[in-house]
Amino acid sequence: MKPLTTVDGVVLPLDRSNVDTDAIIPKQYLKSVKRTGFGPNLFDDWRYLEPGEPGMDHSGRKPNPDFVLNDPRYLGAEILLARKNFGCGSSREHAVWALTDYGIRVVIAPSFADIFFSNSFKNGLLPIVLDEVVVDRLFEEVAATPGYRLKVDLAGQTVTTPSGEAFDFEVGEFHKHCLLNGLDDIGLTLQHADEIGAYEERRRAEAPWLFR
Amino acid sequence: MTGKTLYDKLWDAHVVRSEADGTALLYIDRHLVHEVTSPQAFEGLRLAGRKPWRTDTVLAVPDHNVPTTHRDQGISDPVSRIQVETLDANVHEFGITFFPMNDVRQGIVHVIGPEQGATLPGMTVVCGDSHTSTHGAFGALAFGIGTSEVEHVLATQCLLQKKMKNMLVSVDGKAGPGVTAKDIVLAVIGEIGTAGGTGYAIEFGGEAIRDLSMEGRMTVCNMAIEAGARAGMVAVDDTTIEYVKGRTYAPSGELWDKAVAAWRELHSDADARFDQVVRIDAASIAPQVSWGTSPEMVAPVTGRVPDPAEATDPVKASGMKRALEYMGLEPNTPIEQIYIDKVFIGSCTNSRIEDLRAAAAVVRGRRVAENVKLAMVVPGSGLVKRQAEEEGLDKVFLEAGFEWREPGCSMCLAMNADRLEPGERCASTSNRNFEGRQGQGGRTHLVSPAMAAVAAVSGHFADVRTVTPSGG
Repeated sequence: MKPLTTVDGVVLPLDRSNVDTDAIIPKQYLKSVKRTGFGPNLFDDWRYLEPGEPGMDHSGRKPNPDFVLNDPRYLGAEILLARKNFGCGSSREHAVWALTDYGIRVVIAPSFADIFFSNSFKNGLLPIVLDEVVVDRLFEEVAATPGYRLKVDLAGQTVTTPSGEAFDFEVGEFHKHCLLNGLDDIGLTLQHADEIGAYEERRRAEAPWLFR
Repeated sequence: MTGKTLYDKLWDAHVVRSEADGTALLYIDRHLVHEVTSPQAFEGLRLAGRKPWRTDTVLAVPDHNVPTTHRDQGISDPVSRIQVETLDANVHEFGITFFPMNDVRQGIVHVIGPEQGATLPGMTVVCGDSHTSTHGAFGALAFGIGTSEVEHVLATQCLLQKKMKNMLVSVDGKAGPGVTAKDIVLAVIGEIGTAGGTGYAIEFGGEAIRDLSMEGRMTVCNMAIEAGARAGMVAVDDTTIEYVKGRTYAPSGELWDKAVAAWRELHSDADARFDQVVRIDAASIAPQVSWGTSPEMVAPVTGRVPDPAEATDPVKASGMKRALEYMGLEPNTPIEQIYIDKVFIGSCTNSRIEDLRAAAAVVRGRRVAENVKLAMVVPGSGLVKRQAEEEGLDKVFLEAGFEWREPGCSMCLAMNADRLEPGERCASTSNRNFEGRQGQGGRTHLVSPAMAAVAAVSGHFADVRTVTPSGG
């Protein structure tokens, strides 16, 4: 996993609540057996005017000019600003892969759905929860300021606006450690293989029907 | 010392070790696998040269991509076929129990786990699928995980988790006639919202939940995720134990007695403390119909499509307006005046034998309405299909003009050939009414199986309580 320490990037505002994982990456693209290549299909139903299927040349499809992602002003965005309950719905990690493949490294929202939130950390995507009032303000600032950027510092746990105003955010110690260092948590868990084995021995005695 | 909730008990029994920040290594007893969220996990194992920790806990089945017609001809969509073939190759390479497409035991992963007794009370159950919450109906801790976590469980038999908070949703008193598990859970979601359960494990209790069959409890827990909760659960009682007894992977003999004794403890203690309690009067719940593009957008069948102009929160009002535009509905339209194009009875929410019986009871002796282009029944598994055929339900549906299909996820998410065309309106027993969920531009109304059946024969939504079963 690619480490994430600081991001200084253009902010893409997606002013809708309850953005679900079906909207982030529609089902037809889940047929892929790979982790990469989902970027061109991020928000596919909203982004293009005609329906898409896996395997087609998406660069030739007609973009929906009314969808914010197609506004040249937000080209190359690395920070997505969203509303509450972002990532609700299915557990598909493809939603996170589509965001990261497109180039998004941070999502800021007042709240996230649980599975999306934990999937993000496994893929170097940082979900940041900020107060609804702060998020409202950021939406206003983005709208008012072409080229609006935010600075995200994971070690210091701050989001800083162009005017220098900084907002603190919470992140679990373990998640932070893994993101900062780009660590694969399977390797970390396997360091405790003896403890897993000991648990199994204890459990086998208590609940032998689980070990047959 | 205060007592423990059911969730506390399940959690405590599975903690292998805890970190200072509260992250725990949680042991997983059952890992269900399907073709969509597993290929990258198996690939990850291969690339890292890792072996699965305990293959005997894993059960794999293809369900999302499988066709529901002409199975003998295989899968015509090459991309879907590759995904199913990839699962086939992976389970053989790693030595995992597998029910292939043409096995009678094949079906939707959340139907076959319980059906086989692979889901047992007291277990931790995971699957790369958000509707894994279904299995919580057995007094199990069951939740959906992402593909990285699928790989983590395969490699270590554990997951890194933080404990969730406890919520009790108590549905008190008796539900009225015609009000099913689906109506109960839709009403709960309407009440607490799609993010109401975020960060919580929900225990469903109260008389109306206790009165439900295991099929009904699975329907309720299935949609816990639609209320934002990763896990939903119901305490173990006689209904649970009766259901599990004699199933293929359930213990037997002395082990059975020992297991039952342990399972009897799987309920919240009388003095357990919940972080939040929601009480709903079952008698106040009418059959539900969703009108929007989020499962919290529901109304009683006797009600009307709401008016965004009456919403006080501007973000909520714009969400409602957008939803009505997408759904092609005018505010204040009576729900019973919404006409439909298609009917889908199936999905991990409502494709079990009891669901098919409830729909057949309404359909018997009637015909699908003229304006309905397609009405289909997709049983949850090959065994559900066989049981229904033994009871003659297939004939009831076929005679009424329904199609009787092969088992799979089908038009719940339209990964296979079954889908809505743009603008088509569907009465669906599935779980999500998101934009494009059943096909790009498709319009989904979530209902119970009986309500879907009434809509099929009426051509529009109608109150199942006003329809009397006809014939035997």
